[in-house]
Amino acid sequence: MKRHSLVTRLWHWLNVVCVVVLFMSGLNISNAHRYLYWGDWGFSPDQAWLAVPRFPGWMTIPDYYSLALARDWHTLMAWPFALGLLVMWIAMLASRHFWRDLRTRRPEWTWAAVRADVTRHIRLDFSHEGEKYNFLQRLSYGLVLGIFLPMMVLTGMAISPGIEPAMPWLVDGLGGRQSARSLHFIFAFATMAFVVVHVVMVLVSGPMRQMRDMITGGKA
Amino acid sequence: MKRRGVLAGMGALVAAGCAKVAETGPGSSLLAAAEDWHRKAHRALAGRERLAREFDRSEISPFFRGNGSTNPTNGDYQAQAAAGFANWRLTVGGLVKTPLVFDMDNIRRLPQRIQVTRHDCVEGWSAIGEWTGPQLSVLLDAAGLRPEARYIVFRCADELNGAAYYESVDLVDAFHPQTIVAHLLNGEPLPIRNGAPLRMRIERQLGYKHAKYLTGIEAVASLDGIGDGNGGYWEDRGYQWYAGI
Repeated sequence: MKRHSLVTRLWHWLNVVCVVVLFMSGLNISNAHRYLYWGDWGFSPDQAWLAVPRFPGWMTIPDYYSLALARDWHTLMAWPFALGLLVMWIAMLASRHFWRDLRTRRPEWTWAAVRADVTRHIRLDFSHEGEKYNFLQRLSYGLVLGIFLPMMVLTGMAISPGIEPAMPWLVDGLGGRQSARSLHFIFAFATMAFVVVHVVMVLVSGPMRQMRDMITGGKA
Repeated sequence: MKRRGVLAGMGALVAAGCAKVAETGPGSSLLAAAEDWHRKAHRALAGRERLAREFDRSEISPFFRGNGSTNPTNGDYQAQAAAGFANWRLTVGGLVKTPLVFDMDNIRRLPQRIQVTRHDCVEGWSAIGEWTGPQLSVLLDAAGLRPEARYIVFRCADELNGAAYYESVDLVDAFHPQTIVAHLLNGEPLPIRNGAPLRMRIERQLGYKHAKYLTGIEAVASLDGIGDGNGGYWEDRGYQWYAGI
């Protein structure tokens, strides 16, 4: 038994490429209209709940302002991103990986237990007490796999005028097209916040071994 | 500062890599293929006829923003506007059995469709308005498409950055029930910024498909040789022809 299954490893690295290209091309798209709204419509700064800063070229794909090319990259990488997530979820459920290793349990949701886990993290003690992942790990992986990434796909679909005729309930459920666009932005940054924490945690917990295991699979 | 430099370097590297890939033949055809997968997925999900959302009149936004050309100065547009568009003509031609010419009165006397829809600009903003006009299918059926016709091209009076604006759709969107030649916005003749006196409404696609200042409707077998051959003003500048994404 490997520490990381083949599906997990393939998805992980495919997803790295997807998330990086989607995020950077998304920042270029954001530069086209830097205002976010709630509800169905919104078109001028005085209606916006947020004026987003302009992102510099080094953060965007391509590295100069091009809404056309950024949209090309964004809509291309949306495919492996969405289908990869779907395959990962099917595999996680079929192998019981989610049920066994990733779900949180009710007794862990007490103030004392959460505080103890946070304290251990601050001391850089990442022991798992016989389980594959500790509580905060399972909570963050669950949030990302179960909410952040699916919400990226769903809000992205809801923004597409060609999807809305088929799934008006999706746009309604998200509070209207401009709300869906705002949520797309919010979850993009939530995902990037996870990426930053994730990379930091890898760096402080034996980065060479972690990287090797995510490539070769490692030992369980 | 140094760490930021490393991050900037990595960002620039990814961006430059993507730019290189996009320039290659397989790279650009992959990007085009992805656009086609989206179109096919949307068509599979929504079919030919499924309607874009229609809103209640109470949901109309307080203003309807204009974008791109908002006051054409080329040709005789300003003179036409001064005359209240009394001399405006809309031609229906190309691969049709009977080429037709409509004046504004003809357009107003055809059966009208009224729809309150949301306009989504490729830049990201949306506005809601009520549009009135005959369905494009009525005009096309009157002219009678020849069997070779595969696309409908929209000719416009405006020039943007010195080039004629134009657009095109396939026959699925051309015959979609909500595809109308609008002459009223919120019950009033179209404002100049929104395309007076006639504009297209292609409700399942982004704003740049909704050609304004409409002068001609042309049935064609291929988009080659029209503009730069990509099916529209913005398409010739790199934007996707299928604008439902």
